[in-house]
Amino acid sequence: MTVMSLSKALNEGMRKAMEDDPKVLIMGEDVGKLGGVFRVTDGLQKDFGEDRVIDTPLAESGIIGTAIGLALRGYRPVCEIQFDGFVFPAADQIITQLAKMPMRSLGAIKLPVVVRIPCGGGIGAVEHHSESPEAYFTHTAGLRVVACSNPADAYSMIQQAIRSDDPVVFFEPKRRYWEKADIDTSTGDWWTPFDKGRVVRPGTDATLIAYGPMVKTCLEAATAAEDDGRSLEVIDLRSLNPLDQPLVMESASRTGRVVVVHEAPVNNGFGAELAARITERCFYRLEAPVLRVGGFSTPYPPSKLEEHYLPDLDRVLDAVDRAFGY
Amino acid sequence: MTADASRGAQAPPELVQLLTPEGERVEHPDYDIDLTPEEVRSLYRDLALVRRVDLEAVALQRQGELGIWASLLGQEAAQIGSGRALTDADMAFPTYREHGVAWCRDVDPLKLLGLFRGVNHGGWDPKEHNFHLYTIVIGSQTLHAVGYAMGIQRDDATAATIAYFGDGATSQGDVNEAFIWASVFNAPIVFFCQNNQWAISEPLERQTRIPLYRRASGFGFPGVRVDGNDVFACLAVTRQALKNAREGQGPTLVEAYTYRMGAHTTTDDPTRYRVASELEAWKLKDPIERVKAYLFKNEHADQAFFDSIDAEADQLGADLRRRCLAMPDPRPLDIFDHVYSEPHPLIDEERAQFAAYLEGFES
Ligand SMILES: Cc1ncc(C[n+]2csc(CCOP(=O)(O)OP(=O)(O)O)c2C)c(N)n1
Ligand SMILES: [Mg+2]
Repeated sequence: MTVMSLSKALNEGMRKAMEDDPKVLIMGEDVGKLGGVFRVTDGLQKDFGEDRVIDTPLAESGIIGTAIGLALRGYRPVCEIQFDGFVFPAADQIITQLAKMPMRSLGAIKLPVVVRIPCGGGIGAVEHHSESPEAYFTHTAGLRVVACSNPADAYSMIQQAIRSDDPVVFFEPKRRYWEKADIDTSTGDWWTPFDKGRVVRPGTDATLIAYGPMVKTCLEAATAAEDDGRSLEVIDLRSLNPLDQPLVMESASRTGRVVVVHEAPVNNGFGAELAARITERCFYRLEAPVLRVGGFSTPYPPSKLEEHYLPDLDRVLDAVDRAFGY
Repeated sequence: MTADASRGAQAPPELVQLLTPEGERVEHPDYDIDLTPEEVRSLYRDLALVRRVDLEAVALQRQGELGIWASLLGQEAAQIGSGRALTDADMAFPTYREHGVAWCRDVDPLKLLGLFRGVNHGGWDPKEHNFHLYTIVIGSQTLHAVGYAMGIQRDDATAATIAYFGDGATSQGDVNEAFIWASVFNAPIVFFCQNNQWAISEPLERQTRIPLYRRASGFGFPGVRVDGNDVFACLAVTRQALKNAREGQGPTLVEAYTYRMGAHTTTDDPTRYRVASELEAWKLKDPIERVKAYLFKNEHADQAFFDSIDAEADQLGADLRRRCLAMPDPRPLDIFDHVYSEPHPLIDEERAQFAAYLEGFES
């Protein structure tokens, strides 16, 4: 067992993947000597060389476009997008090429490209450094989309993402990079498959569904709700595409009340998909409509206002109250 | 597998320079400038005051009053030289580091702090200053600048635009598209690239194998490399390029060869990726010291002048600090303002809901 921060866990996960498979490459802006602006790739260039850990020119479309080419040649590129708000110059390569090429080739082509994106707010940053763009990618067929919420998952999920023959958009909750946990690096026996969700706190009265940075917030809310005599179940979705429907539906049917929480705007956010699917599958088991807590239908505000924009314990509990009001 | 381009403090031969690091006036076959002692003193004042604004901002960040700050240290001459070349009718499109240009466009430095303090995302009216909002997404603004220039063309106006960007930005698709648009439409624009040798931790060789100014020829317009630490040369070269643009001769790429003397931003740690000796070499080319030396040498200014500038800088710094600390925080409901120019029902609904939610805490 080793205590690791979430960012270190990702680092160790990538290191392991690079040791296991010489085809694994790291590429992105400042990932080499600097080790990335969040130090997630710290030391990798030193140990694996400049041919495997590539500081690219400053162009995101170029990063993903050339990663596709490298993948066509048998490599497994792990691309770092420096911040969520800077993935958009690469949107064309991700959406029109990366997501669709395997299908166009009738399966002849596999594109094992991982696109790592530090996501979410809460770190007092300037514009474009606090976005939650997951719904753009879950809306695009052909991409697996996952989000880790804690160090152990970060460690196992990044390795599974790299091993996957599908393109994976991998969200990392940047405000949780420094959170620490004990990780068993000696075996993979404890790993949860990276396309499955997990109940991280069992409960009976209502289900909170979250992923990435909001899992911790929901766990705190569940603890606080206990004082009010409410038993909240918390699901860490982990994978947004594919969605672990059996897990979600079982919990929703059992508790009858569901609140979905994410940082991204509620309007057309991933929670809308969850709400619709849960309603379709569990309609007669629900005591209340599926409620959503998330960002407002506004651009991410300047950092002095982000505490109001981001869902917090109070906003989550407020939604829980409303769910009990039906 | 890495191309090696020469880089460093050694001035390459093609560099336009009118004032040496020692403060000697030198001639250049293509560019000249005739400045009165008064004008040189005024440039010195600009340089010294923007450096002071920058230092104060760094200090404010260190004390937790700003979230982050992108320092212009070392790039004062490139920004003041090019900024003072602009006429009122010209339009500037900055990155996030153009505090010196903002100064030339009469944008209150406090407005710049607002963005870095997290009070707003911009905060000044671009039309009022002909200085666009800061752009953080690398390279985007170069296309806006070209479009604006195409508008100037269609209005038959006598004006030009100037687009600021860094060496790293030259790799972005947007910047290369901007070059193509400007070239094809002969847009009245100056592309002003401050090559400060670094894009965060990546040295220039990660972006290019040839000197950046030479890229212009491939796009079909002239490129020139100017000593970015020489305010005279930056002024002369930018003035000429803007004049050419206004007179219908289309775009120019100006590569201001300079150095980012500080960290990329206050959250960056340059010791991880560059050697201290590089900074020492560039310190000898400081953009402000050479103007001071020139003024002294030619007896265009005495100690009393420099003392008075120092006093003015102290005053400016103290005043900026005071006003920064007094800056009101935005109110929670401001989140919903200005998202659309016309009324929007969902915004109204969410604003009302959030107002009610907040009231719940008061009762
Ligand atoms: C599209 C995009 N990708 C990445 C970033 C993160 N980033 C901010 S500044 C920077 C380096 C910019 O270098 P350069 O263009 O040389 O300008 P400088 O900061 O040196 O003034 C990077 C990669 C960004 N802001 N926008
Ligand atoms: Mg630079």
